[in-house]
Amino acid sequence: MNLVGKPIPRKEGRKKVTGQALYVDDLSFPGMLHGVTVRSSVPRGRIKNISFDQPPATAGGSDRNIPWNEFTIVTAKDIRDLKLGENYVALILNDQPYLADEVVNHPEEAIVLLAHPDKYLLEEARRHVSIEYEELPAIFSLHDSLAQKEIIWGDDNVFKKFLVDKGNVDDVWAKADFIVEGEYETGAQEQLYIENNGAIALANPNDGVTVWGSMQCPYYVHKALIKLFGLPEEKIRVIQTETGGGFGGKEEYPSMIAGHAALLAWKSGLPVKMIYDRAEDMVATTKRHPSRTLHKTAVNKDGKLLAMEIDFVIDGGAYCTLSPVVLSRGTIHAAGPYFCPDVRIKSTAVATNLPPHGAFRGFGAPQSIFALERHLDKVAKTVGLTPEEFRRRNFIHEGETTATNQTIREKVDMDGLLNRAFELSDYHAKRERFARENGSDRPSRIRKGIGFASFMHGAGFTGSGEVYLQSVVGAEATPEGLIRILAASTEIGQGTNTIFAQIAADALGLGYDLFEVAQPDTAQVPNSGPTVASRTCMIVGKLVESAVVGLKQTLLGSGLLKDQYTQAEFQRACGDYIEKFGRLQSFSKYQPPPNILWDDEKYQGDAYGAFAWAVYVAEVSVDLLTYEAHVDDFVAVQEVGRVINPVLAAGQIEGGIAQAIGMTLYENVVWENGRMKNGQMTNYIMPTAADIPPIRVYFEENPYAYGPDGAKGIGELPMDGPAPAILNAIENATGESFNQIPLMPEKMMEDLVGQG
Amino acid sequence: MRAYVPSYQLISPATLGEALDVLARAAGAWQPFAGGTDLMVLLEAGKLPHKNYLNIWNLPELHGIEVTDAHVTLGALTTYTEVQDHETLREQFPMLCQAASETGGLAIQNRGTIGGNIVNASPAADSPPALLAYDAELEFVSAKGSRTIPYYSFHTGYKQMNIRPDELLRSIRLPRPATESQHYYRKVGTRKAQAISKVCFAGVARMDADRIADVRIALGSVAPVPLRCVQTEAALRNRRINAETLAIAKAALTAEIAPIDDLRSTRNYRLKVSLNLLEDFVLRLAPTF
Repeated sequence: MNLVGKPIPRKEGRKKVTGQALYVDDLSFPGMLHGVTVRSSVPRGRIKNISFDQPPATAGGSDRNIPWNEFTIVTAKDIRDLKLGENYVALILNDQPYLADEVVNHPEEAIVLLAHPDKYLLEEARRHVSIEYEELPAIFSLHDSLAQKEIIWGDDNVFKKFLVDKGNVDDVWAKADFIVEGEYETGAQEQLYIENNGAIALANPNDGVTVWGSMQCPYYVHKALIKLFGLPEEKIRVIQTETGGGFGGKEEYPSMIAGHAALLAWKSGLPVKMIYDRAEDMVATTKRHPSRTLHKTAVNKDGKLLAMEIDFVIDGGAYCTLSPVVLSRGTIHAAGPYFCPDVRIKSTAVATNLPPHGAFRGFGAPQSIFALERHLDKVAKTVGLTPEEFRRRNFIHEGETTATNQTIREKVDMDGLLNRAFELSDYHAKRERFARENGSDRPSRIRKGIGFASFMHGAGFTGSGEVYLQSVVGAEATPEGLIRILAASTEIGQGTNTIFAQIAADALGLGYDLFEVAQPDTAQVPNSGPTVASRTCMIVGKLVESAVVGLKQTLLGSGLLKDQYTQAEFQRACGDYIEKFGRLQSFSKYQPPPNILWDDEKYQGDAYGAFAWAVYVAEVSVDLLTYEAHVDDFVAVQEVGRVINPVLAAGQIEGGIAQAIGMTLYENVVWENGRMKNGQMTNYIMPTAADIPPIRVYFEENPYAYGPDGAKGIGELPMDGPAPAILNAIENATGESFNQIPLMPEKMMEDLVGQG
Repeated sequence: MRAYVPSYQLISPATLGEALDVLARAAGAWQPFAGGTDLMVLLEAGKLPHKNYLNIWNLPELHGIEVTDAHVTLGALTTYTEVQDHETLREQFPMLCQAASETGGLAIQNRGTIGGNIVNASPAADSPPALLAYDAELEFVSAKGSRTIPYYSFHTGYKQMNIRPDELLRSIRLPRPATESQHYYRKVGTRKAQAISKVCFAGVARMDADRIADVRIALGSVAPVPLRCVQTEAALRNRRINAETLAIAKAALTAEIAPIDDLRSTRNYRLKVSLNLLEDFVLRLAPTF
């Protein structure tokens, strides 16, 4: 126990900063072609004709003819003609085609793939593929979809619905002292990982399909390619290259680009590389689901929550992709870290003709938590309590139940987190000072405010998800006594390699440098599940611990190692064992903690093995000349079990908060006929370092019995709290209640000036 | 890179004379390529329509900052970094230095030029409002000779300019103020760096006791061109600062600018913020502020 809890340097850090780390675009193969995608220009329609044209003979005369015979061209028809598998991206409902066949359902949907050795000529060719459509009516908002203004998917535009019913809210309304209602909306958000999506494929009938790419979930890609090519699983190999960020944006989308590269490779017989530029990545790949939440809350005069009715809707875009799972997490988090005897949550994921929305850090929870934490400030005001006093009267405690009737069995101390966050942010003194300054005779044109949010985030797959996944991690020793960890969990910048090595080293009492995490390659590593849902540390980290302990037990059992060993003895024993038996490996499979019971039908029971708990405080200033809000200070206090690596953990929190500040005040996707109109970083205003305040991160540690060294999940938590904390602070500064994000200056002006 | 690069040509003349000869021979065939900070973005996106470029980056006659008693003259290829580093500009033309410091990031500031910012003619450019408020003059050269015009007469419509295809912008001349002035520059772009302005306001004024003795105001992103607001200036000149003056000036500005709804912002926002900034500028001139 001497590495966990310490700021051990990143395993791959040196390679990254010296440029030796190889990302997919750094790889090249002999004879390799480049591939591009021709996409739909209409939101919904029938494809009438596809033609391959020549540039007009222009005055300049320098445009050359396009030698179409040199190009590899793939359309939906080729998937049939080449007698491959199914033309859909295998995920949940299998409704999304790899290549649109006859109809398109959103702008930028892939229709034609082109490959050629000259990537500049390829771009010229892409501009000269003309597609004629018979346009069909389309819808672009969840409101129009719910109202069934047009049926564009299935019988009713609905991908998925959930109903969580605890007690019976209908019996409560009549006896409530107050009933408070509210409506809250959130917008789309682009993940904006530094490295765009990209893949390289080699594919032919003899060798099968091999794909290298930037991704979070190699086995998702593996599963999708098995279906697309109709090949047995051993004929498909997926290798994760160094990955420059994901944030969910590389959870499901890599299955698409990998399939496209592989189709071109199969038809051409040559390796094909596809790398999106920023403009294509922004307009064509997934974003955070926009949402709308309605709250109706019953409270008694003592400020106790009696009933909560929540209607949560997300816009899934044109195809189902991961929307049911995003909806699930948003639903379960919608009632927050409070005890309320009667709760009803109805939730719906609907279809629109936008490009499909997908996974994004927080996965539905930031949307529903935004609504709740804005709403509770309104409820507190109605009851006549301060926001903190109202929450204190309703925080959940050990032994109480959540909205899904999950009994909290860990010690949870929301009051303690709130106290510490308020002390560190000097909340009360500031609240008082800002009220005085903003209310003075000659107030400054800069109004200051402070606000907070309290929330929780469940780690790992929801309900029985982890049981279905049956994740496996392996560990393997070399004759020199080095240990490789075999897992499909990817390093995407968050620190997987480092924390796995820390956990493994401590489990065996050995040095950090003895451990190496294998490159995720489906031909080499077992399926440890997707790198999502704040599960890598808590779930997979625990499997890493068991797998390496398995190595030790094998050595002890063989008699080649004694119980009290030095590092040198351990290494020697590995060599001896391999000499004697040929191979030293150990595999560990997920076992659920005891007493985890989940009812998928009723959506009741233990939704998550563990929750991380947090209180975040934001201090803002609002400039009444320009209606711009700026976050001036941010205090983030959270309980995440044991912290494995304090630098990486604080980095996760800081990065998530910065990303959430972007979602709250800066990042506005401008849609025009279903197409992102500001698909460039100049006009999609992601905040820069100049816009981000000091972010002060504090951890309370309360070890979780079933996590490695007591750790819980951490990656998504920081995305949940900032938006409501910031808007609560803006209400404190301006007196105006804003219930929509992103809150752009234009919107703030309309509301502030509108009130006279 | 979405452009078909082989269809583009870039030639690099060795001297200014050679460059002007190329421009004179076939008017409009070759377009100047200075720092390239806007052209490269269009090239990357495959949206650069003109194909033949004349690289003027290496022409020494277009570089350098010259200070005389009456003027500061900036070579057209003066970079944003050079502007910020220049002592006289920092003392006497702080709005230009602020504009330079808020344009793009460091890499862009090292490569982007003031001349390029002018002839690229974006209504959202950051330095034109400052240059207009400082009453800059532009000097053009061609094989036939040179001419000088006031900058306020240069932009004639959206991306329309008072420049011939055979001319190059050689320099920008700023008259040095004889007396102390008050400068007010504010770029509004939602994020603090790497932004394209939604509104950009530059105002410079000189007070005589409690009257506004002289004032020049220019705005960006609120009209098809970077706009010198002469009507608003007239409404303020020789007046005391009071509610009536402010009301007249605001009415003049409202009539003078023509903001629109676009990808980046709305007409209403641009109008309201322009008026707010005008008010803030004027109120700060009051001796009692």
